[in-house]
Amino acid sequence: MDVLNALILLLNYIFIPALTYGSQLALGAIFVTLIYGILRFANFATGDMMSFGTMVTILFTWYFQSLGISLGVLPTALIAIPFGILFMIIYMLSIDKFVFKYYRVNKSPPVQLAMVSIGVMFVTQAVVRIIIGPSDQRFFDGEKFIIKAREFKEMTGLNEGLALKSTQVITVLVTIVLVSLLFWFLNKTKTGKSMKAYSDNEDLALLSGIDPKKIVMITWIIAGILATIGGALYGLDKSFKPFTYFNNMLPIFAAAIVGGIGNPFGAFLGGYVIAFSEIFLTYAYKKFFMYILPESMEPESLVQLLSTDYKFAVSFSILVIVLLYRPSGIFRGKVL
Amino acid sequence: MRKNLNVIAAYSIMMVLIILVGIFQSWNIALSIFNMCLISAVMTMGANIQWGYAGLINFGIMGYTALGGLAAVLISVDPVQEAWSAGGFDILMCLWLIIALVLIISFILKNFQKSKVRTYAIAVLIISGILLIRFTAEPGIEAIEDINPAKTGFLGGFGLPIIFSWIVGAFFAGGLAFIVGKVALGLRADYLAIATLLISEIVIAIIKHEDWLTRGVKNVIGLKRPAPYEVDLQSTDWFINLVEKFNSGKLELISNLSDRQAALNQLVIEGSSVFVKLCYSGLFLTVVIILLILTQKALYSPWGRMMRAIRDNEEAANAMGKNVVKQHLLIFILGSAIVGIAGAMLVTQDGLFTPGSYRPMRYTFLIWVMVIVGGSGNNFGAILGGFAVWFLWIEAAPIALFLINFFTAGMSETHALKLHLIESVPYFRFLMMGLGLLLIMRYRPKGILPEKIEIK
Repeated sequence: MDVLNALILLLNYIFIPALTYGSQLALGAIFVTLIYGILRFANFATGDMMSFGTMVTILFTWYFQSLGISLGVLPTALIAIPFGILFMIIYMLSIDKFVFKYYRVNKSPPVQLAMVSIGVMFVTQAVVRIIIGPSDQRFFDGEKFIIKAREFKEMTGLNEGLALKSTQVITVLVTIVLVSLLFWFLNKTKTGKSMKAYSDNEDLALLSGIDPKKIVMITWIIAGILATIGGALYGLDKSFKPFTYFNNMLPIFAAAIVGGIGNPFGAFLGGYVIAFSEIFLTYAYKKFFMYILPESMEPESLVQLLSTDYKFAVSFSILVIVLLYRPSGIFRGKVL
Repeated sequence: MRKNLNVIAAYSIMMVLIILVGIFQSWNIALSIFNMCLISAVMTMGANIQWGYAGLINFGIMGYTALGGLAAVLISVDPVQEAWSAGGFDILMCLWLIIALVLIISFILKNFQKSKVRTYAIAVLIISGILLIRFTAEPGIEAIEDINPAKTGFLGGFGLPIIFSWIVGAFFAGGLAFIVGKVALGLRADYLAIATLLISEIVIAIIKHEDWLTRGVKNVIGLKRPAPYEVDLQSTDWFINLVEKFNSGKLELISNLSDRQAALNQLVIEGSSVFVKLCYSGLFLTVVIILLILTQKALYSPWGRMMRAIRDNEEAANAMGKNVVKQHLLIFILGSAIVGIAGAMLVTQDGLFTPGSYRPMRYTFLIWVMVIVGGSGNNFGAILGGFAVWFLWIEAAPIALFLINFFTAGMSETHALKLHLIESVPYFRFLMMGLGLLLIMRYRPKGILPEKIEIK
């Protein structure tokens, strides 16, 4: 029984939160990696682009709520997401047209494009803050829990409860569907293959008649979908605050690089690597050991490897270590 | 003279702008903007040395700034004797452990061939070392943090004048840059940018949460000052006389004696804070000028030419026998040290150390906007960038408010859009930064004052 309790404890406090957080990071990381692989620059506006998409989703959610439209047990935001994606894609394509295109055509060095993306970052920040303000917004509605901790305890008779939030399930399910669709697209369709070819060797791809304009447009469209969904899921699960999204850029970058930047599958796994290691290393295992060890051996301290203050530092340290030993990432990067 | 005309023009415009703030808002605000501009200018010079001279991206600016600030605390605060006797021994033991660990690892790295066994051995050593350090430090840290936590709860510093911290801050930041440079300089440009940004986050996380060293988010307040205190000035005779002489015309208009005394008191209070700010301006200006002379000399020395050669064509420079790796490391350390000085200056000016206010994501990019807008590779440009961007950053809100009122003049006072816009005035500064950066990058990619290379 104690072993079961210990397992439920780990499941509740480590596994489920890390899986959710990892999925959210993974979507962002694939976004970063796609831009890096095809447009060839590190996009520092990642976090803010995600917050832009989320903002539009929130505005539509509010609009639908005011019309009285809802999905019952599911959050209303799910019907608002397509509109968010639409606006996000329009925003991204216009930014590309007015800002990035000039440097791409002139074949500027990647560093310059990264600097330009910082300008885009500032502008997007301003737009988001002027429209919706800098404060916390919650836009979740519908049923909050699928399994409540107390019900679970009553059902199973265990000491430890297991709480499963509906947003967690939605996040994981949507991520699985979206990522499998994306990999199917990249590996099986002609457009996807030409994107891979373009990322692998631009000149050869151009020679074989691949239209770069189309590739760039499709990349931004996919990026818009990923950014909006990733951002909206994060906002549903936690809450929407522009500055948090801005800060999330760092773990997202860490995930993309750990997985091998330019490699979508690597970025996908990188998200989970970062999320799990952050939560594994900063969780206090005292209660876990109380269940599995005999009473005489119970630990007195919290058995916490690092205090939760260092949560961010963990993922960054992992990144630094990976950069040192395998600069191309765990899975070889730079090929789509 | 002729070819420096644009430099002189740009600086005069900047000065006029600051003086206008002094006339229309207040001299207090103008001087605090001027001081912050000077500090930003020092930071920009540091970043410019790395980016403009050598083409190295360093997004870790906030980490070095925070270390400079830490130096200010460690130098100027009086030591807390009880804390030292309670936990000093454990902390010193830890320090020895860290040194021993580093020595052992470097010994292994030097004397054994690269192999899997070596890598694992080092990993095991580091992990066990960290655990050992934690166990040794824990009682000491707890003891230190228990001593009068509301007021001290940390080890304190050396109790020296705070000015020394400007040099120590440079050494701290340089030391960190040495480690970071050794680790990360081999990376490609964009990886280097991200790695340095993340490392600075780690540094700030440590400063924020190691209360025994920095008091963490409890902040250290009331640091010593290199300038006199306002309260002391207000009761000093020579200062009151000075203010009286300065404002004699204005004072003579007031005939009533008690009214005149009240007016004088008010002027003395205002004057004292202006005077203190002027003292700081003098100190900061000295630093900026010294740094400017040094960096200009360096830029036009053989060393500067070599750095430009390395920047423009690494392989060719390498082929000419220049040690690119070593020079990169050197310039990385130099630039970071300058940023460290700026960090110490910042804390000196504020008189307090608030680790929570170092937000890499916010200010790093601002400094970079300064470098790019001002003109990378040109020291005058970098300083101008620091001035112009900081000025805009502070004055963006009033400018935006003016523009909003201007464009929505036709709307009624209670129009929802107008109210919403006026409410979000503070965020127009991001818009201005972004648009400014994008426009400069597009139409003047070398900055307001571009790099000039004179080949004789």
